[in-house]
Amino acid sequence: MRVELRGITKRFPGVVANADVDLEVDGGQVLALLGENGAGKSTLMNVLFGLYEPDGGEILLDGSPVRFASPAASIAAGIGMVHQHFMLVPVFSVLENVMLGVETTTRLGGLDRRAARARLVELSAAYNLQVDPDADVEDLSVGAQQRVEILKALYRQADCLILDEPTAVLTPPEIDDLFRIITTLTESGRSVIFISHKLGEVRRIADRITVLRRGEVVGTTTPAESSEADLAALMVGREVQLVVDKSPARPGQPVLRVEGLRVLDERGVAVVDGVSFEVAAGEIVAVAGVQGNGQTELVEALAGLRAVDAGTVHLDGEDVTGLQPRRLLERGMAHVPEDRQRDGVVGAFPVRDNLVLNTFRRRPFARGLRIDRRAIRDNASRLMADFDIRAASPEVAAATLSGGNQQKVIVAREFGHADRLLIAAQPTRGLDVGSIQYIHRRIVDKRDEGAAVLLVSTELDEVLALADRVIVVFRGHIVGTVPRADATRDHLGLLMAGATA
Amino acid sequence: MSAALARAGRVALVPALAIFSALAVGGLIIVVSDSTALRDWSSFVANPGRALSTSWDVVSGAYGALFRTSLGGRRAISETLLEATPLVLTGLSVTFAFRAGLFNIGGDGQFLAGALTSVYVGFSLDIPAALHLPLALAAGVAAGALWGGIAGVLKARTGAHEVITTIMLNFVALRLVDYALSTDVFRRTGRSDPISKQVLETARLPRFSDDLRVHAGLVLALVTAYGVWWLLFRSTTGFRVRAVGASPSAARYAGMAVGGTWVLSMLVAGGLAGLAGATTVLGVRFSLTGGFSNLGFDAIALALLGRSHPAGVVAAALLFGVLRAGATGMAAEASTPVDIIVVIQALVIVFVAAPSLIRSVYRIGAGRGTGPVAFSSSWGS
Ligand SMILES: Nc1ncnc2c1ncn2[C@@H]1O[C@H](COP(=O)(O)OP(=O)(O)OP(=O)(O)O)[C@@H](O)[C@H]1O
Ligand SMILES: [Mg+2]
Repeated sequence: MRVELRGITKRFPGVVANADVDLEVDGGQVLALLGENGAGKSTLMNVLFGLYEPDGGEILLDGSPVRFASPAASIAAGIGMVHQHFMLVPVFSVLENVMLGVETTTRLGGLDRRAARARLVELSAAYNLQVDPDADVEDLSVGAQQRVEILKALYRQADCLILDEPTAVLTPPEIDDLFRIITTLTESGRSVIFISHKLGEVRRIADRITVLRRGEVVGTTTPAESSEADLAALMVGREVQLVVDKSPARPGQPVLRVEGLRVLDERGVAVVDGVSFEVAAGEIVAVAGVQGNGQTELVEALAGLRAVDAGTVHLDGEDVTGLQPRRLLERGMAHVPEDRQRDGVVGAFPVRDNLVLNTFRRRPFARGLRIDRRAIRDNASRLMADFDIRAASPEVAAATLSGGNQQKVIVAREFGHADRLLIAAQPTRGLDVGSIQYIHRRIVDKRDEGAAVLLVSTELDEVLALADRVIVVFRGHIVGTVPRADATRDHLGLLMAGATA
Repeated sequence: MSAALARAGRVALVPALAIFSALAVGGLIIVVSDSTALRDWSSFVANPGRALSTSWDVVSGAYGALFRTSLGGRRAISETLLEATPLVLTGLSVTFAFRAGLFNIGGDGQFLAGALTSVYVGFSLDIPAALHLPLALAAGVAAGALWGGIAGVLKARTGAHEVITTIMLNFVALRLVDYALSTDVFRRTGRSDPISKQVLETARLPRFSDDLRVHAGLVLALVTAYGVWWLLFRSTTGFRVRAVGASPSAARYAGMAVGGTWVLSMLVAGGLAGLAGATTVLGVRFSLTGGFSNLGFDAIALALLGRSHPAGVVAAALLFGVLRAGATGMAAEASTPVDIIVVIQALVIVFVAAPSLIRSVYRIGAGRGTGPVAFSSSWGS
């Protein structure tokens, strides 16, 4: 299906999220939508999906103008969308999630599961989307949940599929699978709109690329015409250096010492086992590994958020095993959590309060019991300028910020008190190249100020760009410790796949 | 200043229209429940004028009596304020807990715990007023806090849902009061019915004037409302409470003790309901009889109507005070059943709880561009 947007404008209080945007994608084509955090990509797609009503402009499907009052209308017209944050019901099975809203019923009014299942199985086979129809969604990996979202759209006979940052949380093999699926879809004449911050990926999959900046289209190009650096420059409006310069590390005293750490998951299985390592002041140690090899639990245990089953954690020589997060914070530890929406920000709170979420008890933000609102406001203006956080004002709820800007809020807050140790889990997930570069710069600066940095990342590029030393984890164990000089993409890739060094 | 006023106006618009709608629908019900008006409507075709004028007379008579007995004169206003006093406090109780993400359904139990303890201190000690009254009040607050705190601890320690535990604790308190009133310690000498001894003069809340029943508890309630507002929106404690209420996981990651905050919030909520109990026995009744006051349930409605904001709760409590004080007058003067007031209260709540209903009836925009991420302090989310 050919989809055209003409002159779409969408305003929010204090921001113009889309200004007179034109966009088109033909059947059988993949259009990539690029743009900085907050450029208005998700908003534009929400307009196309009928979630927002535009303040101006029109939508044309196969040349005829349409108006969508609700997602139900756009779905009926053949638009499918997989949101940046999935919209599945965790306690429902895959089949139930797929049927939800378009249930077919038997003559007696019961759910016609049989017919639905048959269609689901057929679709899975046709597009090579493997999922178990009876599994509960909450038990599925992120990659599998995404397949459910895609199946949901196909089940509703989507002719144009919108994928909003589908790869941000996928492992490299899952990304390959996704791209195969996208190719099958376009071969059957469907159109796909694909949003991603990963320029390499975009060049690999897209037929055409449209770039948004601050709500406006600044160019449309093709992978053949534009290199990654060209795309980055177009997005950000200036030259972007894709890798930060950094001098060799000058490690000092050990700050974090982990010995024989064992951590259990909810089911009581040891997902981190016998892990020992050190991070010194002035050093960045990266924990590399494929998602789901115990990194999440390791970080939670270090940050005092999960019980330590065995082993010890020392911070500056002091045993801090099992201390409350607040006590660790007082000792100079900062933590950028992996799940920013759930753990990093209070969505209903204004940005300014989120920027002091763990320091509000201290001077200058509080005097005794009283909160100093001026100090909190001043802090917000300063950090929003420093970290280039794009929000209409410090008063808006954090949940209205674009994903990337939410992450900047967290980073800005945590870096402020990372005096001894910074634990950063996926600090640049979902961020645009300009912001990634900026945050990388800040991480290196933190190191150079003498903090110890533990970086947990599933992105090899990020690991290679920042680490002074790389620890590779596989199934809860450390399978290799590699100095930066010896770390190559291939070597790390092998270790991450479970080959022993 | 004018921006702040404009904002207050926007916030108050939906509740105001809800009240108006509730009175309108209530008017219809009054007409339908009046036999004369009903008879005139049955001959509407023959004499439409009479049906309309009778209806008008019935409704205006009822509402006239309602507002005369609640707002017409100092006695009337005194009664309204008297009714509003405990409502302010129990409304604040529900509000505080709700800000921490908890539903305090236990206002009645906490109220009774507070009342029982205050009454005891009020009749059993023989000490000067300067000590007696504060002590009796403090005892009520402490007992209410304890009663609420139990639910908080159960939630924090075992995950037991506060809705269940507070409801259970209501019944425990109810029976405890019944039992206490059957013992010689509490029961008034020479009486066989469950009524407690009288609170001594030294422990009574002073009145503003000898011929009016409204008492210093009103001032206490208003000062407490300000205090709760300050605590919620200007103190580090309130910051923590609101963060835990809005996102327990983000609060935990930020180093806040989620369980501790729940306990604290239930202590405060219980203390507020306990204070309501204390002011009731020390200010108006001077003794305790068994049974629920139902103030705890009305409080849920108040918090909803007041949008979980202390200022809103005060306004809502005054409104309910008007309705309650006016109900008796309406029944006496216009012989409209008192139950109609309960219906109107319920209608106000229905209309407030369904703002989209009000918005579509009066065609107010939802505020453009809020889109799917709308942040009302919606209940139950
Ligand atoms: N519901 C909303 N209310 C107010 N402002 C909003 C709302 N949704 C988005 N915005 C604002 O609109 C702008 C565009 O946001 P959008 O989510 O479309 O960005 P994006 O390009 O998808 O960014 P990212 O790559 O970080 O996901 C941002 O400034 C954002 O703060
Ligand atoms: Mg987005």
